[in-house]
Amino acid sequence: METKNIMIVGVGGQGSLLASKLLGAVLLEEGYDVKVSEVHGMSQRGGSVVTYVRFGDKVYSPVITEGEADFIVSFERLEAARHAACLKQGGTIVVNSQTIDPMPVIIGAAEYPMNVLEELKAKGVHVDEVDALTLALIAGNAKATNIVLMGRLAHYFDIPYEKWTAAIAKVVKPAFLDMNIKAFDLGYKA
Amino acid sequence: MDKLMLGNEAIARGLYEAGVKVVSSYPGTPSTEITEYAAAYDEIYCEWAPNEKVATEVAFGASLRGVRSACAMKHVGLNVAADPLFTLSYTGVNGGLVMFVADDPAMHSSQNEQDSRHYAIAAKVPMLEPADSAEAKEFVKKAYELSEEYDTPVILRMCTRIAHAQCKVTLEERTEKELPPYEKQPQKFIMAPANAIRRHPFVEERTAKLKALGEVTELNKVEMNSSEMGIICSGTVYQYVKEVFGDTVSVLKLGLINPLPEKLFRDFASQVKKLYVIEELDGILETHLNTLGIPCVGKEMFSPMGEYNQATIRAAFGMEKPVTVTADSPIPVRPPIMCAGCPHRGLFYVLSKNKITTLGDIGCYTLGSAAPLNALDSTLCMGASISGIHGFNKAGGAESEKKTVCVIGDSTFMHSGMTGLVNVAYNASNSTVIILDNSITGMTGHQQNPTTGYNIKGDPAAKVDLEALCHAIGISRVRVVDPYDLKQCETVIKEEMAAPEPSVIISRRPCVLLKHVKAKPPIEVDGGKCVGCRMCMKLGCPAISMKKGIARIDATLCVGCGICTQMCRTGAMSEDR
Repeated sequence: METKNIMIVGVGGQGSLLASKLLGAVLLEEGYDVKVSEVHGMSQRGGSVVTYVRFGDKVYSPVITEGEADFIVSFERLEAARHAACLKQGGTIVVNSQTIDPMPVIIGAAEYPMNVLEELKAKGVHVDEVDALTLALIAGNAKATNIVLMGRLAHYFDIPYEKWTAAIAKVVKPAFLDMNIKAFDLGYKA
Repeated sequence: MDKLMLGNEAIARGLYEAGVKVVSSYPGTPSTEITEYAAAYDEIYCEWAPNEKVATEVAFGASLRGVRSACAMKHVGLNVAADPLFTLSYTGVNGGLVMFVADDPAMHSSQNEQDSRHYAIAAKVPMLEPADSAEAKEFVKKAYELSEEYDTPVILRMCTRIAHAQCKVTLEERTEKELPPYEKQPQKFIMAPANAIRRHPFVEERTAKLKALGEVTELNKVEMNSSEMGIICSGTVYQYVKEVFGDTVSVLKLGLINPLPEKLFRDFASQVKKLYVIEELDGILETHLNTLGIPCVGKEMFSPMGEYNQATIRAAFGMEKPVTVTADSPIPVRPPIMCAGCPHRGLFYVLSKNKITTLGDIGCYTLGSAAPLNALDSTLCMGASISGIHGFNKAGGAESEKKTVCVIGDSTFMHSGMTGLVNVAYNASNSTVIILDNSITGMTGHQQNPTTGYNIKGDPAAKVDLEALCHAIGISRVRVVDPYDLKQCETVIKEEMAAPEPSVIISRRPCVLLKHVKAKPPIEVDGGKCVGCRMCMKLGCPAISMKKGIARIDATLCVGCGICTQMCRTGAMSEDR
């Protein structure tokens, strides 16, 4: 099988590391060779963050470059557009409708481009927009936005539902399991 | 059992399996998790040391006593640890000693992108470089075998894309090592000239033996696939090469990257028509090939800057670029920022408002240099704020002393700020040193340090009394402020800059991300009172934005620190709701 590429992008603190952990656990269980690449440290402090997940028969590089991503899962609208060039032709962007102003916008040095997703759609990009924050709040916690989006991504895969929930049980604390399963379901069925 | 593991987690597993007993480190991205994961194994004693020099010397002591030991650090940490390293090369080891050094090409979280391979060459010690997590674990064990067999410290080099990438690792059992009896060996371990003179020839002989090992070791692998084109590489670059070329070119993948072999290079070169050397950062392999007189292509095609990836290699070889789509609107940058409620913000606002020259240091507070606060004048290396202000004031005289401060975090102060403060007191500059005490090592992800009162396991530990320490150093003016109180900060900073003697201001409030710090209710904006003056926007708080000329506070981000209420002149922002 040709290597598949998933990028998880967002703003530091939105929980992309947990999302990639879940994805990695599921794909490893499915018997794939998997590589996940993260960036820790300074960029986590509210900056733009990227996690790469690659899987297939044999994966070499831990990173994804321009035109290679089958999926970009974005926790924020602007971040989806920032990394759009990494999307493969025919790839899909799964994006949370939430907007978070970056500092240049907050201080008035730049404008938040509100139409970026529409611009991408107009160019033929498949954009799947989900109000993941609202769904996470319905599940019981805004922090589960990441799991809602993983639920949405999961519905593009042939991996059985039970394998996903089993993996969630591995990566979240037992006290938060039910809430996270609910969040995953809301994304899965959205 | 197979597990997805970060390179750093795999290193920790390797330490466990290799029977390592003592690990001492100072946190630094991208190396921090090595020691955090190692601390989860009860069989390994782990600690956060105040700095990398101390950590390396602790590892030396453990090795002297006969056990396998380790220290982990980021590339710039090796600068601090260089002093023990260079002489450790002479003494060699009793128990195996491995230093884990993580480079950060592209500077994801660093102040420079130095190439740590130069240190292995300069200190004449072997250096290993794995290409993924699975290999990282294997190389840890090989490194300890080499260390003991060749009587040498070994450096295992990582980079961000190995340290912070996960791949499948097969777990194995730990090999426990008995504590051997201690034997005094003064000629080996007392590096006074008479002994060191005898150890230097040993070092040179050892290098020759390791070089011979490099010719035959399985750490270096040849994949002969083509006689047209051969590539010499190591570490993560090997993965990019395989990603691009698969099995269509021949590859010499080096695992032992110092000392470098000669015959292996000559043989490989002789079997391919065109030889390329691809290495991130400096052209060290290429220089070696040049010295051997082997024609190759390297840095004329590849930059000595930044990270490589498969696209870098494709571009260098003129391969076709994939079709990509981008949005038309300009995409504003999203730099990292100080968190909402960060205790550093209030203090930095006061410095910025009063146009105070501020020498900075390494930590989250380096982010105070960004707009709109623009509060810093310099950031060099760990501890340089205090030593720097002393030099700045000695050069600038009394006028400079009255409008200059320096800022340094609690952990950085422990790392290498104390000695600078001794110099300020001893050589008497009227400098004003601000210690930003947020009770944790913040930027690297919340590690304990000697000022927090807890050790790496979270157990209670001796706590440095900063006020008493500063007094003991010879600073009589030591004041404590709450950075959430702008007026107090301003008054105290002005008084201490004016004082005719050195002073320390401790700006004390725990990092807002610490679990025990409870957020207060979010501040609300009274839209009727807000006049859109944008005073609150001067703080650069990510929770505050302007919507239709009225300030808005994001209740999911706001922790109720209340600094904005001190900025608001109309009472639109208030804690009393």
